[in-house]
Parts: sequence; C-alpha cells; structure tokens
Amino acid sequence: MKNILPVLTVVAAILALWYAATVQLNRGWTEDRAARAGTELSFTELVTDTMSQQRPRLPAPHQVVVELWNSTVVEEFTGRRGWWNTGTLSNRSLIHHGWITLSATFLGFAIGTGLGFVLAIGIVHNRAMDASVMPWAIASQTIPIIALAPMIIVVLNSVGIVGLVPKAIIAAYLSFFPVVVGMVKGLRAPDAIQLDQMKTWNASGWETFLKLRLPTSMPYFFASMKIGIAAALVGTIVGELPVQQGGLGVRLLSGSYYGQTIQIWSALFAAAILAAVLVGVIGLIQRRTLRRMGMAP
Amino acid sequence: MKDAKTTQTAAPVIEAQGLNLTFETADGPVQALKDIDLSIRKGEFVSFIGPSGCGKTTFLRVVADLEHPTSGTITVNGMSPEAARRARAYGYVFQAAGLYPWRTIEGNIRLPLEIMGYSRAEQAERARRVLDLVDLGGFGRKFPWQLSGGMQQRASIARALAFDADILLMDEPFGALDEIVRDRLNEELLRLWHRTEKTIGFVTHSIPEAVYLSTRIVVMSPRPGRITDVIESPLPRERPLDIRDTPEFIEVAHRVREGLRAGHVDD
Repeated sequence: MKNILPVLTVVAAILALWYAATVQLNRGWTEDRAARAGTELSFTELVTDTMSQQRPRLPAPHQVVVELWNSTVVEEFTGRRGWWNTGTLSNRSLIHHGWITLSATFLGFAIGTGLGFVLAIGIVHNRAMDASVMPWAIASQTIPIIALAPMIIVVLNSVGIVGLVPKAIIAAYLSFFPVVVGMVKGLRAPDAIQLDQMKTWNASGWETFLKLRLPTSMPYFFASMKIGIAAALVGTIVGELPVQQGGLGVRLLSGSYYGQTIQIWSALFAAAILAAVLVGVIGLIQRRTLRRMGMAP
Repeated sequence: MKDAKTTQTAAPVIEAQGLNLTFETADGPVQALKDIDLSIRKGEFVSFIGPSGCGKTTFLRVVADLEHPTSGTITVNGMSPEAARRARAYGYVFQAAGLYPWRTIEGNIRLPLEIMGYSRAEQAERARRVLDLVDLGGFGRKFPWQLSGGMQQRASIARALAFDADILLMDEPFGALDEIVRDRLNEELLRLWHRTEKTIGFVTHSIPEAVYLSTRIVVMSPRPGRITDVIESPLPRERPLDIRDTPEFIEVAHRVREGLRAGHVDD
C-alpha cells in the first residue's frame, strides 16, 4: 500500500481543478441573476451558488456523488417505485439502468470474445484467412460506431430481432477486435523451439493448439479481454441511444434533452465505475489464472 | 579398441550420401550443407563440432526431418527422416530446455507420452523411471522455475528419453550452462549412454566436450558447410573426468583443433 499517497495526491489535484472549473464555468449564470436582481455578490456567495445550481454547466463533484447516491440507494429504498416498496427495481434508478446496460454488455462481450477467438484460430491455422480476415477486421473498426449503430438496430428490427440482442451485437462489434488482434499474437507466441519440439513428437495441429498454443496465449487473452469488455460497455451504451429502452445510454440522452447535466454526469460516472469493476474482475481472474499457470510473478 | 570393433560391425542407424542443403535467403542462396557423406552406427556417440554456420545443427535437423535436403539421400533407421519422425525414432534435445511453465516436471515429461497415446499408468511409470535416470527422482512435482538451469536441461533430456526412441539427437544441450555444471552433466550423459545404449548425435562447439563424450568426432567448417575430418576416438568407453589430462585425450583434442583450423584457411 505504498502507492496510496501518490494516488490520493493525483485524486486531490483532479478534484481541486474540477472545483475551480466549476466556479469558472458556472459563475456567468450566477452573476447574470445577481445583476438582474441588483444585488452585490460576495466571493463566498458566488462560490456557494456555482456549486449548488440545478442545471450547472459543470456540476461540482459532490453534486454528482449526491445524485449517484440519490438515484441508486435512496431511490430504491425510499422511492415510490423503488425496490423496497414494490419488490422490483425503479425505472428511475441507476441500478435498473445499469443492469440493462450490464446484461447487454455481458452478452455482447461473450459473442465478441467468442467470435474474436474463432477468427484468431482461423487466422493462425489457415493461410487464406491469414491473408484475408485482418484487413476486414481493421476496416470494421474504422467506421464510427455511432453512425453504424442505428443501421444495425434498424436492420435487425426489420427481421424481428429486438430488445437485448441488437445492443449486444453492437457491443460484440466493438469487442471482437481486440480479442482477434491479441489472440493472433498470443497463438503465435510459442517460440520456434517449442513448435519444433511438437513436430519431433509428431503432434497433430490440434494437439499443438491445445497443449502449446492455447496455454501460451493466456496472458494475451486476458489483456485483450480487458480491452474487449470496456469496448463492449461503450458499444452497449451507443446501442442504447437509438433503442430508447432503458440503460445508461438512455439516461445520458434524456439528461441532455432536458439539460440535466447532473444526471448526465452521474450516468457517466456510473458507466465509468461499471467499466472499472468489469476490467478489475478480469484482472483478478487473470492474476489468479496466470499465477496458477506459473506465467505470472 | 575392442569397443571400436563392435561398433564397426553394427548396422548403420543414420546414413547420409551426397547430402546438400541450400537455404534461399534475401541475400541469395546459402549452402548450409555440401556433399555430406556420413554413416552413424548403432550405439555410437557422434559429436559434430565446428564454428557457427558450419551446418552442424542443420545436419541434425535434417536427420530430425525439421529441414529438408536439397539433394542427396539420407536414411534414419532405414527409413526416410519423415517416416522415422512419424515412427518416433528419435528424441531431440534443444539448446533451451523448453519446459512448459504451467506443467510440473512430471507433467512436462508426460507431454510427449500424452501425445503418443500412452495410458496414464504407463505415463506415470515412464516419468518416474526417466526422472531416476537423470537423478531428478523426487522433483517430479516441482515446477520448472523451482529448478536450476542444469536441472531443467536434465529434465528435458529425461523428456527425450521417456519414449523408446533409440536415437538421441542433442543440439548444444549444455551450451547455456556454466563449466562446472556442464562437466557434471557430461559425466552423467556418458553414464546414461552406457545404461541405455542409445545412438547419440551431439552438436557442440566445445572441443573438450566433444572429445570427452564421443566415440567419433565429426569436424565441420563453414561456407559451404562441409565435413573436414572424422576422428575415431581411441579413448576407452569408461571415461572418468580426469581422462582429460591423459596424453591420448590431449592428442585427440589437438587433432580436432587442427581440423577446425584447416577449415578456416579457406576464408
């Protein structure tokens, strides 16, 4: 825990900057109002007001934290539609929306990782795929997802696929790519001696894959899954924008419709926290797995 | 001398005639092997020595079917190298131990046995036997990183011995180890060779190592890779380490050195 001090220092610096920016960005509105009312503002009054506006340009950190708390714990335990009173999650809580996002993220991540894995195996074992798949995979990532997402939703909708799956497919579209790139590298990671060794034992391609290539690729697999799950979350949120059936993306969008900047920022933070937890969980599995495999210090 | 006679009459295990191998590189063709004629008989311990680029490793890899000759013929156990490889005729020990970190030492030794379809009981039995053979009994459950470099290389030799190949091909197996460990492993390797009666092809660039171990020393030189001298060792099969101070040993070492120098005159 030697690292705690530098980390706290950085966090404190960010918070200080943020508060300073809050005052600077929100003071215009406060000063206008004071001017119209013909009152003089002391510095303290100015600062206090910039940090407690209903619709600030930039909400103060504590406003975001309070909103996060209110739209999760408070809403579920005391709200009329909350879990405490109805037994189901409130459609106004970030837990409800977070869960919608999370479930599509999981499904998309699973599809994307599976697809990336299969493509990587194909690329490593098949000459034609080696030459042809990668350019398409790269091209797929150069199209802005924000432009592509509505098309995917519309096309899938017209063949009767609605709900979770279209969002998951957009998530998969973003998350398969790091897995392909990482796994191609990983499956090719065994050195020449180890591959020659397999040949001297007259091992089949399947045995070489199972006993050598696959275990060797594990560090690469986990690294690409970390990027992949974060990408899946982004993809899901983007997919939620045109669908409008709940999720953190919808909270972001409705917040911006109604100028609810605090709601936007709290949804943003909810997404960031979710991403950090997901990446952290994969990191934890990675550490335990690689240590058991003798591939991590 | 009596030993030399018995090996003379034994059947050839590896036989190369007019073997040529040319690598096509970006800088043009490189002749790695030129007109190699060599016959290795059963039970021989043959060392290949020469400067880098002389084709000693390439020749071993041709025997192992890891490289393909451009012209000439080579047979291993009377078959093509490919057929011999498929019949698992040889065990190959590489420069690096190449043990899998996620497998125990025993698991590493079982690896070729799993691939070759031995039963679990048979795998365990063989792993135990070869670990004893290289003095690693009791280390089966350790992981590679828990062993020293010398022990790891011993484990890789055990792995090459675990299936019943009667040829052992070794490509500078002790090259990365320090002198003291190397001496001890050389001694152990000789003992192992006595006990198992394998035919061994051994690549090295250490003159004392080649002379100490071999019944025959093949001296090679580079550009193009070719054999410049083949020396029958007059040393007895029983060789304590201090045989290296005897006049016979020094004489053979001298001849090897001369052969290596002769190969360099061409440059």
